[in-house]
Amino acid sequence: MMDKKSIRIKPSLPLYLVTAVALVLLYLLVMQLDNQVYYSKILVLMLINIVLAVSLNVTVGCLGQITLGHAGFMSVGAYTAALVSKSMVTGSNIGLPQYMLALLCGGIVAGVVGIIVGIPALRLKGDYLAIITLAFGEIIRVLIEYFDFTGGGVGLSKIPRLSKASQVTIIFWLAIVCVVVMYVIMTSRHGRAVLAIRDDEIAAEASGVNTTYYKTFAFTLSAIFAGIAGGIYAHSQGILQAKTFDFNYSINILVMVVLGGMGSFTGAILSAIVLTILPEVLRGFNEYRMISYAVVLILIMIFRPRGLLGRSEFSLRKLARIFKKKGVNGHE
Amino acid sequence: MNYFITQTINGLSLGSIYALIALGYTMVYGIVQLINFAHGDIIMVGAYVSFFTIPTLQSMGLPLWLCIIPALIICTLLGVVIERLAYRPLRESPRIANLITAIGVSLLLQNLAMKFIGTESKQIGVIFSKQETAIGISPNTIIIIVTTIILTLLLQAFMKRTRTGKSLVAVSEDYVASKLCGINVDHAISITFAIGSALAAVAALFYISTYQQINPTMGSLPGIKAFIAAVLGGIGSIPGAVIGGLILGICEIFTRAYISSQLADAVVFGILIIVLIFKPAGLFGKNVKEKV
Amino acid sequence: MRKKILATVMAGAMILSGCGGAGSNGGGDKIKVGGLAPLTGKVAIYGVSASNGTKLAFEEINANGGILGKQVEFILEDEKGEVVDAKNAYGKLVSEGIDALIGDITSGPTYAVAEDAEADGIPMITPTGTQFNITEGRTNIFRVCYTDPYQGEVLAKYMKNNLKKTKVAVMKNTSSDYSNGVAQKFEEEAKALGLDVVVTVSYGDEDKDFKAQLAQINEKKPELILIPDYYEKIALIAPQAREAGVEAKFIGPDGWDGILQQFGGDEASLKTVEGAVFANHYSQADKAEKVQNFVKAYKDKYNEDPTAFSALGYDAAYLLKEAMEKAGTTDKAKVVEALKGIDFDGVTGRLKFDDNNNPIKDITIIKIENGDYIFDSVVNND
Repeated sequence: MMDKKSIRIKPSLPLYLVTAVALVLLYLLVMQLDNQVYYSKILVLMLINIVLAVSLNVTVGCLGQITLGHAGFMSVGAYTAALVSKSMVTGSNIGLPQYMLALLCGGIVAGVVGIIVGIPALRLKGDYLAIITLAFGEIIRVLIEYFDFTGGGVGLSKIPRLSKASQVTIIFWLAIVCVVVMYVIMTSRHGRAVLAIRDDEIAAEASGVNTTYYKTFAFTLSAIFAGIAGGIYAHSQGILQAKTFDFNYSINILVMVVLGGMGSFTGAILSAIVLTILPEVLRGFNEYRMISYAVVLILIMIFRPRGLLGRSEFSLRKLARIFKKKGVNGHE
Repeated sequence: MNYFITQTINGLSLGSIYALIALGYTMVYGIVQLINFAHGDIIMVGAYVSFFTIPTLQSMGLPLWLCIIPALIICTLLGVVIERLAYRPLRESPRIANLITAIGVSLLLQNLAMKFIGTESKQIGVIFSKQETAIGISPNTIIIIVTTIILTLLLQAFMKRTRTGKSLVAVSEDYVASKLCGINVDHAISITFAIGSALAAVAALFYISTYQQINPTMGSLPGIKAFIAAVLGGIGSIPGAVIGGLILGICEIFTRAYISSQLADAVVFGILIIVLIFKPAGLFGKNVKEKV
Repeated sequence: MRKKILATVMAGAMILSGCGGAGSNGGGDKIKVGGLAPLTGKVAIYGVSASNGTKLAFEEINANGGILGKQVEFILEDEKGEVVDAKNAYGKLVSEGIDALIGDITSGPTYAVAEDAEADGIPMITPTGTQFNITEGRTNIFRVCYTDPYQGEVLAKYMKNNLKKTKVAVMKNTSSDYSNGVAQKFEEEAKALGLDVVVTVSYGDEDKDFKAQLAQINEKKPELILIPDYYEKIALIAPQAREAGVEAKFIGPDGWDGILQQFGGDEASLKTVEGAVFANHYSQADKAEKVQNFVKAYKDKYNEDPTAFSALGYDAAYLLKEAMEKAGTTDKAKVVEALKGIDFDGVTGRLKFDDNNNPIKDITIIKIENGDYIFDSVVNND
């Protein structure tokens, strides 16, 4: 009985300390791998995917609205950040302050586009919202290819990068900050309003939640962090092409969220990690990768429509509890 | 010939293909409220079936358009099987789950084709002549437009006159009530998918007769554009889909001809956005208020 | 349970350390050459045919005693035609300790990999990456094919001097850097030569319907139409052009190679490209012994005709061999040095490198006559 009662435990100092220590340990582990070019590339990609998946989870999981244009916001952020840093830096390396400024610009512009898209689009629901975000995503891509300052179809190249030594460190902590910020916002008062809309929009509106405001809020938040992820992507790849950010890219991010569990932060993180590593480990398996993605999508929707973790978060405490329970049962 | 008229005809011939695809979309969406992302990929399957049967027809000296027969059979079966395996288990689930499954089915079909047939494009010979006739329209375009009109009329008659058709309309109006009235809902939905997929096979025939080239992802963009056409015409409305398709085709061609071909897709998607925001029910659709 | 977890962790650690071990192993009795190509995905067809050429070359090299007495191990990684995958695959090859890299195939990923390879100093030869800035200003990046602008320039000259035509329309794919690269230089050169570019129309990668653009071209009645794109697109455009009543003949760059195979035996379609002229890297019909040996060996091994991509992939391998032998070592800097000053004679012709590591080589012009590729002439750009 006790287990079923979900009491929200107030975050306490020891909990923060434990988390911080765990992150530092994780960081040290990560730095062990950083010595090799290959691992550091995969790591950066994994961190970008984590930010992307968590940011999409804000709309899909927390707000309960499906969008198919996430790659569009990512590309806006990527291009903005790249253009900003190209205008600030002439060489091939970028310092940390300029880097942060570029990412910030990317996030802000993506956020603004998010508001512009969100206000009209969020009047629609379900399938219609999905298809209209798809339309916006495609329009963004077409416009990027159309204009000259974005490099047109050829794209941007020679985007300055962080120095090799510090790149993974910076992106590692940056990704953590992004995830924490999103988590904190979504568990705050604002976030609870968003969750209320997901659970029952009409009821939420009746109890005084300004649904239009909170929907746009969540949508914009999601766009901002997609933009930041795009900025990280631009600076780590050094090259951008609009056609990278097509419909399929949006789907890939969506698969991460759906697989992990719509509404679960840890679920999104775990599935982003798994879905980045898996294709690398199974390089020879590539031909079947998309086939298996498709099958997994269908099967999950049929058997676990809320994703593997559902809305629950993965936590050590719960894990410990499960093990303890098993232990106790064993002794009895 | 006058440049404007030439471009209008180009628009009509492109639009008639969108119209055909949109018919299938609107059928399925009208009854089960599902954006069947896989519709475009069923067209792809139909096109490949045609591609593989054409050499046989050629060697037997039969007209090539007979490839429609195996395509019809396989597409119809495929549509029904997809509904049975992927969509039916989800009928009580949230709409999002249905949409994601539809995307999954679409990806599955595309990638199976890529893996087992190959990513490269395949070429198909001439099925209907494309030499210009006296009125400036090729026989190919005329056949497409006439077929589309005939199919529209047939579908309208089927929905309004026959018992099965009426039961489909009932299911689309109120799923639960029609169940209570003794309509076999599963059966009705299967029929919907069968008709929708058969229309996809017809669309496949005209697609290959017009463009003569197929590849595994050929269905996705026309599929999405046809969906836009269906929304524009008012989703669920059969004549709406046809008119929406023609309007969309003309808009696309005119953008290419008079503004910039790069912006054509932006204009098409822009139309979708404008319609959804200002008239979500489309030109011929019914406005339905959401119930609590 | 605990044992299981332990076993998993151990297994994981072993995999990691295994990979780590491979990374430090540079020398040894084998020369490791990395290969990058799209083997799956939309552009797989180019990657497969180019890498088949390279594989064939290394097999021959190994059968004849290898390079500097060592056998060559060719490690080919698939990059699906995507920038990100190409970079990851490159990283993987580097941790395998490769001595040189042959790849990538399409321009976008090649450019991305070139950035990384420049920093690592690895001698990299792309068989087919034609985009101009891939090698520009990079000491250790080379290519076997000529660049996009070079083709555009030669095509314009050929049009003026050999075809003696003046009115040309350009139809380009704006989503393709390849298409843009050829078209841009062609237009510049055409203007410089006093040719009349009557209209330039564009389309996107996903387009299937070109009637609107073709009607625009038809208004201006050009004598020739330049379509710089790959043959799959040409196979869509050419029949539609004839349908729209366009009578002008086509000219194109090396992407046209394969158009006849694409049409198969379809008479009506073949007629639409009759009389077209395009630039290529070599001609199968070339009587030179080198070419005929290559064509025969390729057909024996893969049971299909080699494309220009296969020939370039094949040449890239022999170019590397010659450079390593000239350097007398696999030391990266020395191999790069040797490549710089090389004078190489391959299936696709003789080549030397200019200041930007672009090959100075002849362009073969091919004409389509009676549904067949006919060797027309060799043009050099002097």
